[in-house]
Amino acid sequence: MSVKYIDEYRDGRLAGVFAAQIAEAVHPERAYRFMEFCGGHTHAISRFGIADLLPANVRMIHGPGCPVCVLPVGRIDMAIQLARRPDVTLCTYGDLMRVPGSRGASLLKAKAAGADIRMVYSTLDALRIAEAEPSREVVFFAIGFETTTPPTALAIRRAAARGLANFSVFCNHVLTPSAIRAILESPGEAGGMRVDGFIGPSHVSTVIGTEPYDFAARTFGKPVVVTGFEPVDVMQAILMLIRQLNEGRCEVENQYVRAVTRTGNRIAQAEIAEVFEPRDSFEWRGLGEIPRSGLRLKPAYAAFDAERRFALQGITGRDNPACECGEILRGEKRPADCKLFGTACTPDTPMGACMVSSEGACAAHWTYGRFRDLARRVA
Amino acid sequence: MSVRTHRGLDLRNGRIDLSHGSGGRAMAQLIADIFHAALDNPWLRRGNDQAAFEVAAGRMVMTTDAYVVSPLFFPGGDIGSLAVHGTINDVAVGGARPLYLSASFIIEEGFPLADLKRIADSMGAAARGAGVPVVTGDTKVVERGKADGVFITTTGVGVLPAGLDLSAEKARPGDRVILSGTIGDHGVAIMSKRQNLSFETDLVSDSAPLHDLAAAMVDAGREGLRVMRDPTRGGLAATLNELAHQARIGFRLSEEAVPVKPEVAGACELLGLDPLHVANEGKLVAVVSPQAVGPVLAAMRAHPLGRDASIIGEAIEDDHSFVQMTTAFGGGRMVDWLSGEQLPRIC
Repeated sequence: MSVKYIDEYRDGRLAGVFAAQIAEAVHPERAYRFMEFCGGHTHAISRFGIADLLPANVRMIHGPGCPVCVLPVGRIDMAIQLARRPDVTLCTYGDLMRVPGSRGASLLKAKAAGADIRMVYSTLDALRIAEAEPSREVVFFAIGFETTTPPTALAIRRAAARGLANFSVFCNHVLTPSAIRAILESPGEAGGMRVDGFIGPSHVSTVIGTEPYDFAARTFGKPVVVTGFEPVDVMQAILMLIRQLNEGRCEVENQYVRAVTRTGNRIAQAEIAEVFEPRDSFEWRGLGEIPRSGLRLKPAYAAFDAERRFALQGITGRDNPACECGEILRGEKRPADCKLFGTACTPDTPMGACMVSSEGACAAHWTYGRFRDLARRVA
Repeated sequence: MSVRTHRGLDLRNGRIDLSHGSGGRAMAQLIADIFHAALDNPWLRRGNDQAAFEVAAGRMVMTTDAYVVSPLFFPGGDIGSLAVHGTINDVAVGGARPLYLSASFIIEEGFPLADLKRIADSMGAAARGAGVPVVTGDTKVVERGKADGVFITTTGVGVLPAGLDLSAEKARPGDRVILSGTIGDHGVAIMSKRQNLSFETDLVSDSAPLHDLAAAMVDAGREGLRVMRDPTRGGLAATLNELAHQARIGFRLSEEAVPVKPEVAGACELLGLDPLHVANEGKLVAVVSPQAVGPVLAAMRAHPLGRDASIIGEAIEDDHSFVQMTTAFGGGRMVDWLSGEQLPRIC
């Protein structure tokens, strides 16, 4: 097996070409602050060392687009509570196992204490377990943005079609545009004008299109460029944002024309709309309650909704008070600004969610970029 | 009176039962028909509880390793050959010549005798191929559910050439880092056969005994060969971080110089892994003085297991013991230890 056409998008010479164009385009007297919303971009920027290819006055701010990172403590506590039920088998993606809940609890610890928690790679794995073990209540711990929502919808519809009575979903799907709006409406943003433009994730836009970001450009005057996850894509998107600002334009542009359209994937959107509806409000770690930013199952699929099925009460968990994940997720602080970073909090002993997922801003910085903090301190 | 002992083991359909671990005739027959048959050598033939052998003059090395790999059979090897190669390699990277192995088996009730024979035969072939016999062993049987098929522990002893003392703290800034070949082959070959993960690939594990290659490097490098390691669990990243911490130095690598097969790169891309964290079972990394680089590299490339050997980076002064890498894209990044669990039971 081989993945073709990847090396072209990681080509060092092409990177050099874009780096030169960016260096030429920037106005030396102004600062450019761009937020890459998505953790996948944060990871790519760190892993390929993109910061080294940008002029000093172009700064990338890591956004909250990591579904593991923004999951509030209370939802982890609810999942642990669910997993401790003797009749329940909780199926989860591996990244969620180590996310700290309240008082140091985690799914990993609950599993060690006897809870039936199984790591799966897709929703369909959970469906297979439910079919193979009819005596177990199989619950899929669903998280993610618009990219992972259609597969969850599909699994629920498949379960309904097969009359699978022992399968349900603990739904934590969230919506990208709502979070960008919340960042733009946050007081820090209005007063400080921290972000000059956004890099939007291409995989989300393959589903929703680029249209849902129009408000950012029209209402808030922030340009958006939707782009892919290869480093050449990211470099080109940065150049496109710089050019928009220099030319006084403010648009939603699509760098990822190889898969993204303005209106997105109508079939996937219909799949989501069939099964899910927006919640009035959903809590995001670091951002707080955001109206109409999360999804839940529609009444027609209530039987597959783990929250209704097991009458789960909402839990309000408490973050470690010293943890600055909130400021970091809003782009107000850098990972190294947090007192816990690299001391109490490392990827092996995560205190905050940004350190758990490899897409979290703190984990990416710790894993790939912390040598730069020393250089910064010396300079 | 039982006639079973004369009938022989049913190697086609038979299964391990608790009597095979009870110390009685069934156990004796299992050992004779499967283990002695596969591993045959003068020490085992004497049938004692221990193997007696002459002790070489000088310093000896000893190492032990437990093998719990899942699945037991994978492209390019199985738990038997892996248990021979892995322990030989732990002796060899110290610069020692491996002499003897011991093997102990923990077998789960119900395990097919045909599979056990296949594993023992593979172990015998690996030991003969490497010229390192398994001279003593042990078998235990545990109830169904208390193990997963079979677990094997092997111990190896070897002898060091006079005066040789390879050690991480001998590495110093300016030394070069040499890698014997492509990384990630073993880990990806195992993953390709995992339930829920299975994907099509022609890739095979690189599991191989490295003692000949290591001996050639010792001869060629002499004082300039500072330290050797085999980057198994945690991959090249873990090995280089360990060396950096022990030697209180840093490393700077070039991503373009690290050989990765396209199949491995593709699978890692798909699974969200970094090839630098993926396990190897037939690769060797060495820190070598600038003067010794030429001869060591030439000796490696002359050996089939070191054909693709290349310089991947150098040791630098760094109080923080960071492993840094210039990416093929032109930026800089750290190469950190893997955090959390990538994939359990890879070896």
